[in-house]
Amino acid sequence: MSTTERHIPDRLTTPAQRVLKSWEALLLAVAIAIFIVNSLASPYFLNAWNLSDATFNFTEKAMIAFAMALLIIAGEIDLSVASIIALASTAMGAAAQVGAGPATLVLIGLGVGLACGAFNAVLVTVMGLPSIVVTIGTMSLFRGISYIVLGDTAYGGYPPGFEYFGQGYVFWVFSFEFVLFAVLAVIYGVLLHKTNFGRAVYAIGNNATGAMFSGIRVQRVKFILFLLTGLMSGIAAVCLTSRLGSTRPSIGLGMELEVVTMVVLGGVNILGGSGSIPGVVIAAFVMGLVTFGLGLLNVPGIVMSIFIGLLLIGVIALPRLWSMARGK
Amino acid sequence: MQMQALPAQAATPDIPVLALDGVTKTFPGVKALSEVSLRLYPGQVTALVGENGAGKSTVVKILTGIYQPDGGAIRVDGTPIHFPTAQDAAAAGITAIHQETVLFDELSVAENIFLGHAPRGRFGLIDNARMVDDARKLLHGIGAKVDPNVRLRDLGIANKHLVAIARALSIDARVVIMDEPTAALSHKEIQELYELVGELKRQGKAILFISHKFDEIFRIADRYTVFRDGQFVGEGLIRDVKESELVRMMVGRPVDQIFPKRAHNVGAEVLQVAGYDHPTEFADIGFTLRKGEILGFYGLVGAGRSEFMQALFGITRPSKGVAKIDGQIRVIRSPADAVENGIVYVPEDRGRQGAITALPIFQNVTLPSLKRTSRSGFLRLAEEFRLAREYTSRLDLRAASLDTPVGNLSGGNQQKVVIAKWLATKPKVIILDEPTKGIDIGSKAAVHEFMAELAGQGLAVIMVSSEIPEVLGMSDRVIVMREGRIVAEVTGPDLTPETLVRHAAGITEARR
Amino acid sequence: MTQLLKSREAILTGAILVLIALISTRYPGFAAPGNLANVFNDTAPLILLALGQMIVILTKCIDLSVAANLALTGMVVAMLNTVAPGVPVAIIILIALALGALMGAANGLLVWKLSIPPIVVTLGTMTIFRGIIFLISDGAWVNAHEMSAPFKDFPRHVLLGLPTLSWIAILAVLAFFVLTTRTALGRAFFAVGGNPHASVYTGINVGRTQFWAYVISGTLAGLTGYLWVARYAVAYVDIAGGFELDVVAACVIGGVSIAGGSGSVIGALLGAIFLGVVKNALPVVNISPFWQLAISGTAIIVAIAFNARASRVPGRVILKRAEHAA
Repeated sequence: MSTTERHIPDRLTTPAQRVLKSWEALLLAVAIAIFIVNSLASPYFLNAWNLSDATFNFTEKAMIAFAMALLIIAGEIDLSVASIIALASTAMGAAAQVGAGPATLVLIGLGVGLACGAFNAVLVTVMGLPSIVVTIGTMSLFRGISYIVLGDTAYGGYPPGFEYFGQGYVFWVFSFEFVLFAVLAVIYGVLLHKTNFGRAVYAIGNNATGAMFSGIRVQRVKFILFLLTGLMSGIAAVCLTSRLGSTRPSIGLGMELEVVTMVVLGGVNILGGSGSIPGVVIAAFVMGLVTFGLGLLNVPGIVMSIFIGLLLIGVIALPRLWSMARGK
Repeated sequence: MQMQALPAQAATPDIPVLALDGVTKTFPGVKALSEVSLRLYPGQVTALVGENGAGKSTVVKILTGIYQPDGGAIRVDGTPIHFPTAQDAAAAGITAIHQETVLFDELSVAENIFLGHAPRGRFGLIDNARMVDDARKLLHGIGAKVDPNVRLRDLGIANKHLVAIARALSIDARVVIMDEPTAALSHKEIQELYELVGELKRQGKAILFISHKFDEIFRIADRYTVFRDGQFVGEGLIRDVKESELVRMMVGRPVDQIFPKRAHNVGAEVLQVAGYDHPTEFADIGFTLRKGEILGFYGLVGAGRSEFMQALFGITRPSKGVAKIDGQIRVIRSPADAVENGIVYVPEDRGRQGAITALPIFQNVTLPSLKRTSRSGFLRLAEEFRLAREYTSRLDLRAASLDTPVGNLSGGNQQKVVIAKWLATKPKVIILDEPTKGIDIGSKAAVHEFMAELAGQGLAVIMVSSEIPEVLGMSDRVIVMREGRIVAEVTGPDLTPETLVRHAAGITEARR
Repeated sequence: MTQLLKSREAILTGAILVLIALISTRYPGFAAPGNLANVFNDTAPLILLALGQMIVILTKCIDLSVAANLALTGMVVAMLNTVAPGVPVAIIILIALALGALMGAANGLLVWKLSIPPIVVTLGTMTIFRGIIFLISDGAWVNAHEMSAPFKDFPRHVLLGLPTLSWIAILAVLAFFVLTTRTALGRAFFAVGGNPHASVYTGINVGRTQFWAYVISGTLAGLTGYLWVARYAVAYVDIAGGFELDVVAACVIGGVSIAGGSGSVIGALLGAIFLGVVKNALPVVNISPFWQLAISGTAIIVAIAFNARASRVPGRVILKRAEHAA
């Protein structure tokens, strides 16, 4: 139509400008600062094995956080992840009692995780129920089943070889869990940032109706995201069970809070639409370093949970307070 | 409330009951109102006229206490006054009937009418019996046959509107603001609304009437005020002004809408629709569409046109019906299916359905075409930018860069992005639902020109429009729908405004 | 819709009666008035918290911190009682109400002034409140022998055949009935959740209304904190752990729509009683109490599925009008 072709540039900012202005850059600076403070505060901090031990503080949670990040970006949430861990761990424990080998146990753990994810997915995407309440419900249900099976007893006696997933090292100080965490970080980073699927996740989170009107199969994408979150919870269940060597129905209690905190700290908008995997990875390190540092200072676990709660609220509140202060 | 039957003469028409003097309102990056003035007189209807974005809704929000002006004064009876909240505006006797019915589905009709100012009984508790009684009287007063005890969600749209009017009258209002009150009403309901406006005038109330429909303005308004781009342009008495003058004031230059001339080279049948039924929205929809054809769908708002189009596009499921594309039966269960089969839909609700406003332009454009721009599911940004550049430049898009969020663009440019998005999928049939609603005159012409060009290239176009000039100017053939059914198909010399309106409103020759 | 809501409450009442009847077939004493009064008394804390939660959910929010609020208030008043046994119960109750209100206000302010999503706020404050209990108590328990007799006796004191705890629940139900049906604030809760946009146009401040909902929920949690600790005569970090889920379950079962704007006091009451009957019935019919969590979870899921079905918004009716006109 128009003969005068107007030239619109692709972008006005360079990649470097975008990185520097990002939440991730700020978070990275925070992580480095915490690292320096910790190494000054405690002589035990700067030790390869101690640092390696510290990674166990976040690897299992971070695995779930990757999938949770995608789910939250797409505008949904799954509060049942810690309960999926309990149920998957209980199933593995029960199988171990009748002599299942490590490979079978892993399959059972992942299978139960997937099944729980599928259950959530059906309720949310097929029946159209709100994910917050659905997963509050399944949070009770999944852990409730563990309580029915175990009561106040515990499963132990996992077969030899199974301990590798939570206690083994791939090489030098790099544990199996840490390597798995790194591999999953890359996989999820590529999935979210480099594929059509990832683009659909962002589109849905920003405007699910608009995405649907653009020919995106919204419910299918959400279904897959719930499956992935279930699967990651299953993987975390394998690692955690293997690391602890036993299963109680209270295993992983309250972990959903730390996972959500990690995701939010990583810069994912709790209302959906934006966020990144690199952000979640850095957030995992920040939380791990802080917990480790406080642990070195002999701060008890429940006090750390105060810190997590403050972090969750503070991360969202501070930028808003800041912009309010600047606005007026 | 009390209905004081004041004769119109008793009011003093020279002193405005409510006035805005030099009111300014700025939002981050936008000056929504720049020193505008507005005067409302008792017993008179003042029409506020302006294009979308002229600042009409901002004025309504300032008058009802939702927004605070940054500068200038609001005067009631000549005295400056502030409305920190909506309740303060109500206390000053200003009430509004909003564009969308802003009511509460879960509350009863009486509660809706009296929310915020319910009659109190002992201990300051709400006196439910009196509230229901008062509501019944109010509803009766405006001729509404609605039970005040019923939950609002059980009412139809027209009755909800009456409840909104009753609510507006429940505070002893001196000023009634009507923001596009007829947009969702049927012909008969509009007539009843006009009668109600007449009644309010007789009671001496000042009425601010906001409407896009000129016939309406000339029918019921006494005065007019024109805004353009947030600025006051002019005011006066309706009887002293001509429609063309109002239009010129509104758009800033004389406009006689020129539609692009095009050759009618209609090709083979590309889409055949037969027997589309839906339990509540439409019935027995069938038609054919040829290559290179622009098929207009005309009807009143709520005739079921958009509802049918959304079913054709796979958003809602029809209870039965067959769609054939190039002679092959295609089952369309989702928009994704429709896009795969070459049918695309530009929705009326751009911000919610058309574009994903927070995402950048290029991502919006490529969203349905990702399969082509990517390789085995992996994004290729260079390809995306190439595709986005190609289609946005064809539509003469104006934007700072292709990674600007669509929400930062003007309505017209947003519409271009939505159209570019669909053209990039190389569709066979494009459905445009009110394609120029709420966009500026310049973009309007660009969209029309582009539609003509598309048809010229052999694309089959369906255009749903409620604007008669647009329907007549663009369409080769027009299907008229009324109350969920096709009532006429009009071509050639029959394509006149009169025929379309007659069919759409269900007026027979005999009754005229 | 009014009929439908009524019938939903009728269905729930019916379900509770059938449940009681079924249990009576195996254990006839269950339906005895004395036992039912016990069940009600047992359920009183759940009823109190469900009433507050209902108000919060009406405004499109959620309060997951109620159980932690209860536990923290309970610990504070219990410790106060050990330090200063002479403080009268009336003052203790006032302190509990104030402390609970304060925690509710903290939630409310974060939601109102900083627009932080309610689920995030209350997940966060939930852990913070629990952590504070540990900080002030050092993880130690306050046991029965450390509490004064008046402190422990208040909720158990029988008045006209029912313990004070039950009477408080009954009074709260009546007060909330008046609040929701006869006051401007009560109607505002419905309006804000049903149509926040329209509420602004009506002159209702959405954020402030949500703030008051949290204050009410927190106040009830504080009151229940004292009653809980006094009745069970023990306070420690984990009391009422996970109880917030039961509270949400009671509301959802009672037909309070999680999307906001729809629900009733009677519904929340019946939802709580339903869960209370189930909980008390488990040991009677020889099912391990470990089933309770799973049953609550299932009840939540079934209830929201049911609610979603009941509240499906009917689409536009275009054709019907055509038939009328024709």
